[in-house]
Amino acid sequence: MAAIFQGVGAAAALSSLPSNSFDSNKSVFSPRRSFSVRKGASFAVVRSDGTVNLNPKGRRTQQLIPNAVATKADSAAASSSSKPGHELLLFEALLEGLEEEMERDPRVCVMGEDVGHYGGSYKVTKGLAKKFGDLRVLDTPIAENSFTGMGIGAAMTGLRPVVEGMNMGFLLLAFNQISNNCGMLHYTSGGQFTIPIVIRGPGGVGRQLGAEHSQRLESYFQSIPGIQMVACSTPYNAKGLMKAAIRSENPVILFEHVLLYNLKERIPDEDYICNLEEAEMVRPGEHVTILTYSRMRYHVMQAAKTLVNKGYDPEVIDIRSLKPFDLYTIGNSVKKTHRVLIVEECMRTGGIGASLTAAITENFNDYLDAPIVCLSSQDVPTPYAGTLEEVTVVQPAQIVTAVEQLCQ
Amino acid sequence: MAFSTATAYFAPQPFPLNTASPRSHDNPLITPASASPFFGSTPKLRLSPSPKFNLHRRSGSGVSVSQVVKEKKPKSTRSLLITKDEGLELYEDMVLGRAFEDMCAQMYYRGKMFGFVHLYNGQEAVSTGFIKLLKQQDSVVSTYRDHVHALSKGVPARAVMSELFGKTTGCCRGQGGSMHMFSREHNVLGGFAFIGEGIPVATGAAFTSKYTREVLKEVDCDHVTLAFFGDGTCNNGQFFECLNMAALWKLPIVFVVENNLWAIGMSHLRSTSDPQIYNKGPAFGMPGIHVDGMDVLKVREVAKEAIARARRGEGPTLVECETYRFRGHSLADPDELRDPAEKERYAARDPIKALKKYIIESNLASEAELKAIDKKIDEVVEDAVEFADESPVPPRSQLLENVFADPKGFGIGPDGRYRCADPKFTEGTAHV
Repeated sequence: MAAIFQGVGAAAALSSLPSNSFDSNKSVFSPRRSFSVRKGASFAVVRSDGTVNLNPKGRRTQQLIPNAVATKADSAAASSSSKPGHELLLFEALLEGLEEEMERDPRVCVMGEDVGHYGGSYKVTKGLAKKFGDLRVLDTPIAENSFTGMGIGAAMTGLRPVVEGMNMGFLLLAFNQISNNCGMLHYTSGGQFTIPIVIRGPGGVGRQLGAEHSQRLESYFQSIPGIQMVACSTPYNAKGLMKAAIRSENPVILFEHVLLYNLKERIPDEDYICNLEEAEMVRPGEHVTILTYSRMRYHVMQAAKTLVNKGYDPEVIDIRSLKPFDLYTIGNSVKKTHRVLIVEECMRTGGIGASLTAAITENFNDYLDAPIVCLSSQDVPTPYAGTLEEVTVVQPAQIVTAVEQLCQ
Repeated sequence: MAFSTATAYFAPQPFPLNTASPRSHDNPLITPASASPFFGSTPKLRLSPSPKFNLHRRSGSGVSVSQVVKEKKPKSTRSLLITKDEGLELYEDMVLGRAFEDMCAQMYYRGKMFGFVHLYNGQEAVSTGFIKLLKQQDSVVSTYRDHVHALSKGVPARAVMSELFGKTTGCCRGQGGSMHMFSREHNVLGGFAFIGEGIPVATGAAFTSKYTREVLKEVDCDHVTLAFFGDGTCNNGQFFECLNMAALWKLPIVFVVENNLWAIGMSHLRSTSDPQIYNKGPAFGMPGIHVDGMDVLKVREVAKEAIARARRGEGPTLVECETYRFRGHSLADPDELRDPAEKERYAARDPIKALKKYIIESNLASEAELKAIDKKIDEVVEDAVEFADESPVPPRSQLLENVFADPKGFGIGPDGRYRCADPKFTEGTAHV
């Protein structure tokens, strides 16, 4: 208790906190910021023992976006669905999304190594080959550049392929096709051919998978014009993004993370998609904006627990859309908190964080009270040894320290 | 014998040699065992001895040209191979290709087009021989040497010339250029700058055809895809990977190698361990054919069977066309490495002159009729230039169009609106 008041006293900038924030009996953070909460409230309940619960009932079915203007945040109360929802793991959510889209549109097909009979190296395509046949769920030979190109040719001629990279790192072999054809072909053909392809796969640093299986391809692909990149982090947004990506006319690269496939969550029974271009408000706050995505979201939330105990009120946003950035959600947050911390898994040099830092500086420099802090992985090939691997990625303790420094 | 007209490597005349080193067709290692069985359904000329091989599963392995030729045609002249109309169509198409490319050279040196322009002079027989057999729904995929493939497929000369001039009326709105000719209407799927990167795209188009037939149950769908590429590409990984996949899934595709012996300045013989590219077909489980690519009738014969094979669902074929480009690799290439004697030898085999001679000698048409076609084509090309000259250049507002099929992909701006809704976006001055 004493620690909290100390925190309050020390940080003058925290004086704008609602006075009931640290009431030990009933600590409920005010959830609603009408401009920043887009998908309904996901407010945090801080118990007196310091544990933080995210209220999943706050999530609401995302409406399909019919027009080209971002939806304004609804101020209506979070509507709970009439159906109870169902619990599943993240890989099952991806599978469900994929299966639903395949049922909905016979042109949707899957291509990749071991996606068919094996069910996918992470089981994201389990059972689909039995259900839809070997041609619709195509086991390809080990030829990434060519089968990605084949997917692109198929997309140009009317199909909607979902190409799986068994590990995102393998898609380095497909860079030729992804850059030249996937990204640019719509443009160089003068708009004649669309490439409604989804390229997906697991990436990121796992548990001692070694350097080559621990790559963050989002930093290499981000410059390619003409593609969109999204990263899923929860079963809810995994399914939603998968479906949105398949329905999109643009080529979309969906980044999954090797360590997140077994996350469990209750998701709605009814059909929903997540907007490809929007960021997700994970935890509204006042003191600092923490921008993150994919696995680092969980490191951030873990750090948030500690931070809240120490009296800080971080606002956590899962940017989800790696290209393009949702500068609306991000900007509103920056305008409120005036401090930005980016936590990413990309390497220091040339990662998503680097681009995001530049974008925020360019657009919201006047609103910043301090330089943007970006925590990234070390510019090091991911070592095999567990102790070293732990140190290459950002850990919660570092996040806590960074916030403390930022909020001084 | 009619048989020998189609299988060129059985033909009596010697293959032209690169004087630096002998072409390996003279290599005594050619044996029937390694030769393609494409035309020979005789047991001696089997593909690979592997029993698991796909081809063995088909009983009565389709109709081969040799059988057709033996059954239907008496052992006489080639004049029965084309009708007058076909002859004139072939002639006109080849003359269009040649005249267009010559005009491109002129326009380039006059500063009307820029960058890398790769001309097709000398190779017309391959494009005409294959593409004139296709239907509109069939697809063609090419490389950077794609003007003539687009023209043969039916893209108007005006559209191609405008594209070369970088005008907004070009087939790709001026955004593609010489190396990226696309046409949705005529199913020309590009136009690729990197060699080999079009072959997977072609494989994908063939995959769609098979998928449409077998998954979407449109049983009449028999669209075929032709992939054109050069000798240099045949050492590239994508080529081999696609041969494998196409044969594995029996995709309706024909891989057409335009072997003009040179990859810019790299001689095919200096870069390839086994220069007989057609050998690479059987290694992957498909027929590999070699044909004289300077003779449009021979190419057409081979093409007919290869395309028919694909349409029947029997899978891909690799056709190596021995051809030659009369000009340098591109208009920027000084073309100093090639032996003038070699160039002369091939110039003597000019496919247009050869067809003209054939048409006249077979009394299919008169010289006057052919001259009339020449004149007509001249006018078409002149008109194309005029049209391109008069067409407008793309306005600034075109810059951001077509980057995304769905412009929401540019994202949400700081003001909460999608950037594509920003009026500056349509002016091309928005910051994205």
